[in-house]
Formats: sequence, structure tokens, C-alpha cells
Amino acid sequence: MFGIKFNHGHIERNLILLGVLTLITVSIGGLVQVIPLFAVESTIERVGGIRPYTPLEQAGRDIYVREGCYTCHSQMVRPFRDERERYGHYSLAAESMFDHPFQWGSKRTGPDLARVGGRYSDDWHVLHLRNPRHVVPESIMPAYAFLDRPLNYGDIGQRLATLRMAGVPYTDEMVANARADLEAQARPAEDASAFAARYGRARQMDPDGDAKAITEMDALVAYLQMLGTLVDFSEVTPERLRQQ
Amino acid sequence: MPDAMHDALHAAPHATPHRDEHTGTTTTGHEWDGIRELNTPLPRWWLYTFYACIAFAALWVVLYPALPFTGTGLLGYTARGAADADRAAQATAAEPMLARLRAASPDEILADADLRGYAVAGGRVAFANTCAGCHGAGGQGNPGFPNLADDEWLWGGSLAAVERTIRHGIRAPDDEETRTSMMPRFVADGLLTSAQANDVAEHVLSLTDRATDKAAAGRGAAVFAENCASCHGERGEGNREMGAPRLSDQVWLYGGDKATILRIVSYGRGGAMPAWERRLDPATIRMLTVYVQSLGGTEPAAQ
Repeated sequence: MFGIKFNHGHIERNLILLGVLTLITVSIGGLVQVIPLFAVESTIERVGGIRPYTPLEQAGRDIYVREGCYTCHSQMVRPFRDERERYGHYSLAAESMFDHPFQWGSKRTGPDLARVGGRYSDDWHVLHLRNPRHVVPESIMPAYAFLDRPLNYGDIGQRLATLRMAGVPYTDEMVANARADLEAQARPAEDASAFAARYGRARQMDPDGDAKAITEMDALVAYLQMLGTLVDFSEVTPERLRQQ
Repeated sequence: MPDAMHDALHAAPHATPHRDEHTGTTTTGHEWDGIRELNTPLPRWWLYTFYACIAFAALWVVLYPALPFTGTGLLGYTARGAADADRAAQATAAEPMLARLRAASPDEILADADLRGYAVAGGRVAFANTCAGCHGAGGQGNPGFPNLADDEWLWGGSLAAVERTIRHGIRAPDDEETRTSMMPRFVADGLLTSAQANDVAEHVLSLTDRATDKAAAGRGAAVFAENCASCHGERGEGNREMGAPRLSDQVWLYGGDKATILRIVSYGRGGAMPAWERRLDPATIRMLTVYVQSLGGTEPAAQ
């Protein structure tokens, strides 16, 4: 087939030939993984509405990561009819372009959370996180009642600055005002025009109803309630989402 | 692959292959104390399956989007396109029934056995996915989330009222037509003193003959008339225009004990329900309405 010299016995007895051929074979495997990354720009859809997380949402996201929510909940609605029926529009690459690290997950012990935002009331999330059995008797999710403790957000500005190093487009103004923005979002009674100017449609909320304290619960619910809500799919045509 | 070629590929170069006398197969040339290793060829079926896999992979790479920068492959397949097509096919198949559902009023659906059966079956699935998290798998409710299978309705129990609630939600942050009202934080905002709150809580208990302090309940009647009756009614009969619950029956959303009533008088309450109009299509919302009716609780349109 390849001539008598190019056979097993010959290659295995010739160290240099074996080395060169091994290198070629391994390179192909490596290139298969690396080359698609050069095309990554063309896989991120150009859709409106995507913005970086607000400081409160980012603090909630850090709690989501800390508690390992991704071990039971994915954040990736796959392009299948059944998933679309249950969770909503399939996830877009653009929707996790500011995720560091992304929380797509790989296992669904609980439901997918990529589009959980707005599906339940703030009250529901608080009750459910404190004790999932309160609202879903058959749930096996652990209780997270300890999240009712004060949120530690003294370093929120540094956290945004760090994410900026990873490519999230936080402006100097956003980093400088991170603390104030976090407090403005968590206190609905306060004037939030400066916050709204920076983060658009982000909603002010105080999920646990305790106006005095900003808790980890507030932050986590703020994060959950924005998941999957940024893109207005009524303005997106299917053709624009076909990846080439 | 013919045996001769196999032998040629696997034989050591510059050596005449040794052939085992019992099997007639060549050996690899390795020898340990007179024991030689047979160079038995792979089974043909395995080898040809292996070649077929390689050919299949090559074909796959051409037909499907496998190589970067080369488009979608000869078949023009994308996972998103396939999902869209799957969904479109399902929508087309269901369209005749869905169109009838959209055109008919909820009462007309109830009168038509065909439509009603379809709507209840479809509504059951949508309810499990959309509503059961708060209202329970059978619509029985949870503390803070109303029971949909009983005769008590906060915002109206006619099919039209239920459908409107599903479409626009209650205190939904992103819907301008949402149902909304606010129970004041009477004590927290200084509208009542703690003593007055205690009296009015006793009065509320007295509406169902459960007052623990008759004197306080008597004092609370005046406080109730002044602060509560405009929404909850003079005798606590409730008002559906404002979603003010009836206080004179034994159905309680958050609990009917004194501590709970006192807490609500002091700090207010305002449950929220998402607006589903932008997440669910009109036919699904109609099916949900009919399904809620099938749970047993809704009222005739006249009410």
C-alpha cells in the first residue's frame, strides 16, 4: 500500500522517522482544537442588549460560583425543540461573552438556569433559596438559608477591574463607582439615575425586603433574575443567528 | 488485505520472515527461549469495518460543518437551523388546533369538547413547566402563592380575569398593564402605632370569631374602618379591583394566625407574579386558562 519501506517494522526501528511521524500526528490533534478558536469572532452573534454584569449581579455571580451551583445547574439551552419548549430560546454565544469563568455546566440535576430570569418573583427566589421544599416539595436541592448574611462587597471595584483585564468592557467610571452602583441597585428607595445611566435596564430590587442590610441573598437573586433576559428576541431574526 | 501484503507490512526488514510450522503464520521475529511471537493478522471483518469508518469520517467532514472557515458543508446543516425546522414542523402540525384556540373565547372552548380536551392536555404540560414552581404541581398553592383549585380569588376568578392575570402578571416589573396595588407598611411607615396594629389584628381575628382579646378587637373596629375598609371592605369582604383579600373567611395566603396578621399590618405584603405574555404564545396562555378552570376553582363570567 505505501511501499515496502513505509511499514510498521521499518518505522518502529527508525527513531527519527518515528519521532517525525509522531509529531505530525499529535500536531493534527492539537490543530483540530486550536484552529476553531481563530474563528471565534464569527461565532459570537451581533445582538443588542448584552452588557457587563452590574456590581450587584457580579457579586451574586461570585456567590453562584462559590457555592458550586454549576455542579447541578447548567446555563446552556441547547438548540433542540424540547429544550426550547421548556426553557426558551436557545443560548447564544453572545450571552456568555462576559462570563469569566463561564457557567455552562455539564450536568442537570436541577433545571437549566440560562433563562431563569423573570420566571419567578423575587420573593419566590428568597423562599426557595432558604428552603426549596417550601415551594417545591419534591425538590432535592440543599437549603441556602445562610445566604441571609451581609454581603462582603468592599472589593467590588477591584473585582470589576480584574474582569476588565480579562476583556469585560467596564469603564473607569463603572470601576470607580462600583460600590455606589451596588448599593443603588440593592436599595430601591434610592435615586438610581447614575446607576441607570451606566447599566441601562437593570432593575433595582431588594429581594429579601430588609432595607437595612445588603445580603448575599440580595446579590444572588439579582444575578438569577437577570439571567437570559438581556437579549430581546423579538428583535432578532433567525437568519442572524445562523452560525457560518 | 491479503495475507501476503500483511506479512510484508509487519515483517522485519532485511530478514526472511520466519513462518510458524503449526499455524503457517509468520512470526514477529521476537524470540524468548525458543518461544516465538505469532504475527497473526487482524480479523478481516474488523479491518474492513475500520476502513469503512475512515471513509465515513471523510464523507462526514464534507457533508457536515466540520472544518473551520469552510461554511456549513454540502448539506448546509446547522444545529440551530435543524432546531428551527423541527420547531416549525411541530408548529405547522399543531396550527389548525392552535388557530381555533386563539379564535375562540375561553367560554367557547369550554363548550367544545374537542377544543377543551386539547386545551386541558396542553395546559397541563405548560402548567407543570410554567406555574407549578409557585402554585404547586396540582395548583394547590404554597404559603404566599395562591391556591388555584379553591373558590377564593384575589383578582377575580372568571376565565377572562384569570387569562388577564396570566398575560400581565401581578406587580410584574416589566409589564405596564400588570395588576398592581400596595398594602401599606402601616407600622414601619408610622401610619399606625404598635398598639393600634395589635387592636386591628384582633379585629381581623374577630371577623372569623377568633379574637383573643375582645376589648382590643372592639377598639380595632374603628382603626379598621379608617385604614383598612377602603380596600378590604367594611366587613372584610375583600375587593378584587385591588386584589385585596377577603378577611372574613378561613382562606389565608400567608397564614391566619395573629403573628402573621400583625406582621402584614406592620410591614405590608405584595406578592408578585411574572407577566407571561412575552414568554408564552397566546394559544398557550389560553390553554393554561382552560386548564386552571379544569382544576375546579373558576367562576362563571357573570361574576
